[in-house]
Amino acid sequence: MLLPYFQAIENGPIGEAIRGSTWLFPFIEAFHLVGLAVIGGAVLLVDFRLLGIGLKRQPVAELARDAQPWIVGGLVFMFSSGVLLFLAESVKCYYSAAFWIKMTALLLAIVFTFTVRRRITTADDRSVSPFVMRLVGATSILLWATVGWGGRWIGFS
Amino acid sequence: MLLHNLMQWMADTEWSVGLHESRYAYSIIESVHVWTLCLFVGFAIFLDLRLLGLTLKRVPISQITTRILPWTKVAFVLMVVSGVLLFFAIPLRTYHNVFFRLKAVLLVLAALNAWVFHNGGIYRRLAEWDTAATTPRAAKLAGAVSLALWIAIIFSGRMIAYNWFDCDKLEPAIVDLIAGCVR
Repeated sequence: MLLPYFQAIENGPIGEAIRGSTWLFPFIEAFHLVGLAVIGGAVLLVDFRLLGIGLKRQPVAELARDAQPWIVGGLVFMFSSGVLLFLAESVKCYYSAAFWIKMTALLLAIVFTFTVRRRITTADDRSVSPFVMRLVGATSILLWATVGWGGRWIGFS
Repeated sequence: MLLHNLMQWMADTEWSVGLHESRYAYSIIESVHVWTLCLFVGFAIFLDLRLLGLTLKRVPISQITTRILPWTKVAFVLMVVSGVLLFFAIPLRTYHNVFFRLKAVLLVLAALNAWVFHNGGIYRRLAEWDTAATTPRAAKLAGAVSLALWIAIIFSGRMIAYNWFDCDKLEPAIVDLIAGCVR
């Protein structure tokens, strides 16, 4: 049903240009990976704290506040580079199970991060039970790990 | 030539061929390499950004080095193990890959930079600036160099997959030299 749209996207001028260049696609990929490291660090720093490891002496809310701009900035950066990669090979993505798994996990991860996780990480530490914190931290890591895994596996086909 | 032959021998071992031809093993190791990239480079970057005074300003540097650095080290070990396995799956081609060679050099530079920072005078006087939001110039420099090197390492690592300068092509003499092609 969606295939004609994916075909039209792939045949667009930007997709054509990226495919026509030897260096462009790999370079955008590399930028995408740098963004991954930034967002990975920012997410894990807070998730580790939620799990009760890492920067334990800092309040969760303080760490989350510091990490927030890097998560949002990282997302914008990853989204921009990711869209460019998608424009270059949308039909391949259409047929890739990994792509759809990644997009589903990404949607869940974003919703989870900006609702449940945000609520827990802006609350006063003492008002949230350690069990809930651990659960939220583990869920966040699991969701983002699935996004990263799916992304890598789009390339294996 | 000696190393070239060693790589050739490695490529012919049962384990290397098995890894190379496996349906899932190679992809799974790649995934582990990407996951640990988040953990290792992600945490390394945040120490760098703290040294540059760009984030975690209220977190003492010593908290990061005592509570985050151990995780960074664990992740680095995983990164090296998965990286070695990826190399082992395609040894000969990787050994002659220009980007692999560049990455190896950059890794040595990153290690040197980290060693100089952790063993230099600035780190011995950490107690004096541990909680300062604005760090001394030497610390900023170490952070900036590390940040630039890790970004370059990610770039060169990603490029290893591409065969633009492989030895099976006719290349300019300089590329041949850097790649150490055996003709």
